[in-house]
Amino acid sequence: MNHLIVAPLLLPLLMGAIIVLAVNRGIALHRTLGLVSSAAVALITGLLLYQAMTGPIQMYVLGDWSPPFGIIMVLDRLSAMMIFITSLLAFLCLLYAVKGTDEQGKNFHALFQFQLLGINGAFLTGDIFNLFVFFEVMLLSSYGLVLHGGGARRTKAGMHYVMLNLVGSSVFLIGVGILYGLLGSLNMADMAVRLATAPADNAALLQAGGLILFGVFALKAALLPLYFWLPNAYGFTSAPVAALFAVMTKVGVYVILRVYTLIFGEYGGVAANVLVPWLLPVALVTLVAGSIGVVASRDLRRTIAYMVVVSVGTLLAVIGTFSSDAIAAAIVYLPHTTFMTAAMFLVADMIRQQRLDAGAALIPDRPVGQERLLGLLFLGAAVAIGGLPPLSGFTAKVMMLMGVQTHAAAPWIWSLVLIGGLLGLIALGRAGSVIFWKTIPLDDSGVGAFTKDPHADIPRYGIGYALPALILLAISPLLVLFGGPLSDFGYAVAAQVGQPIHYIEAVLGTDAVAALLSAGGH
Amino acid sequence: MELLFSSCLGVMIACGVYLMLRARTFPFVLGLTLLGYAVNMFLFVSGRLKTNLPAVISPERTQYADPLPQALVLTAIVIGFAMVAFVVVLALRASGELGTDHVDGHKESKS
Repeated sequence: MNHLIVAPLLLPLLMGAIIVLAVNRGIALHRTLGLVSSAAVALITGLLLYQAMTGPIQMYVLGDWSPPFGIIMVLDRLSAMMIFITSLLAFLCLLYAVKGTDEQGKNFHALFQFQLLGINGAFLTGDIFNLFVFFEVMLLSSYGLVLHGGGARRTKAGMHYVMLNLVGSSVFLIGVGILYGLLGSLNMADMAVRLATAPADNAALLQAGGLILFGVFALKAALLPLYFWLPNAYGFTSAPVAALFAVMTKVGVYVILRVYTLIFGEYGGVAANVLVPWLLPVALVTLVAGSIGVVASRDLRRTIAYMVVVSVGTLLAVIGTFSSDAIAAAIVYLPHTTFMTAAMFLVADMIRQQRLDAGAALIPDRPVGQERLLGLLFLGAAVAIGGLPPLSGFTAKVMMLMGVQTHAAAPWIWSLVLIGGLLGLIALGRAGSVIFWKTIPLDDSGVGAFTKDPHADIPRYGIGYALPALILLAISPLLVLFGGPLSDFGYAVAAQVGQPIHYIEAVLGTDAVAALLSAGGH
Repeated sequence: MELLFSSCLGVMIACGVYLMLRARTFPFVLGLTLLGYAVNMFLFVSGRLKTNLPAVISPERTQYADPLPQALVLTAIVIGFAMVAFVVVLALRASGELGTDHVDGHKESKS
């Protein structure tokens, strides 16, 4: 058994616990431990990604209780990619957080490690109740991180986020309870096999259980009508947290892709393809609502938060066609949108700190202190996120549009994705011109001339401060340069996801697959 | 027994949802607690309602109580307990910072 698979869970857990114990030992120790742990997890997940790309699906059996009885972790290409994206992003966000954000509260680094544990756990687990537990670990640390730093706006947005997710957790348990009561298993692969042979009498309840779970996953992924918590929660929290949360909505996307191809996929018996009629329309409406939010926002951070909604809508609309080409394209788009949204959150925070009065609000103010640096960073992030050539947003979007073109709803997807992209560009162009061009002269503050440089008190960024955003932005041209291998990888992931047989065989062995196929599958 | 059990759950969930929709933090916490109880009871019966059955598999007995839902409920109770504690602290902080117990921060209710 490959013990490396649990390392992305155990390492943050252990390090988080050590940081909690050393809570009064000074921030320098916390920073060292947090950065070392995140860097190590990023390296380990990179290695796991390499193994998953070249090897078969691996399973880690906790406590050696053979499946379906114990809890298992499953490493396939999709989950390996997700934990690598998460860990790399977490390391870069932490690199930004140690520049000052982490000093606003004692437990930032401990919460950050537990957050990493929760997200990685949700990606790796092969057991639906364990998924609930990792969701809760992830949410409880995210509650702390959202509120980090305090302030009335943050508290209010955080409260909505917490309350909605608490209700979501209860609904998750109802869905799991229904499915366990009817199928008698919680192991996702075993549930798939049992669902294939489930009697038709239970069809309505099984479908209801599947769709109740979709409601919870839609809340996590921020699909309409369950996205209203997101713009304020992401817009008003601290920048490194918002940047890390760029991957939190992708947890919802991942789980939807996992559960509705593995359990409720084509072999799902009486509940086969239960989500197919729903996902595409819901995602397209989300895309429209998010695009309207992007142009309507009067604050740069909220604009970016709405772009998270748009990216989720785009991803799930493409995934909602459930074709192999489209899923491969979505896999290519996913790292791009995660990293670029995170970069944009960091750049927006750097801009906010250097604006004297307006902060991140899109109203004219005196120029920022370092116009060239911030202007270029903003331009780079806007080009990437807006989907303009030559950066990765363009190639990923082209691939997605090509991937869905044979689907009946292709005209809808094409037009809404393209209009959404145009509205995003307009919003970013307007934000950039207000922040960098429509400035008030320095000596005209409205309260009289300055006696000293108004920028004397604001932070000036060295290369270390800009480095996390620069690295995140540098990922975009890399995604284009290695576009060939990346799209090959996307197809390899789509092949595994589209053939749940391989997953089930890796977990339960060939007998289970034979049982599944004889139950009337294809 | 099934009728009694399911109507109890229904009443608890209805009360919980009503209290949560009051949009004030204290009723929300009460509503969440009720909903949590109802959900835990629901998970509990996913192993079916049976009495006087052993939880251990033995060759002499053909029927036995499913022990797994009990483990699930235990986990759910612990997590739910932590969440209620957290939301109470958050509600206290919110009422201090926002000056009201309304979840949207409205100063005075319209009632």
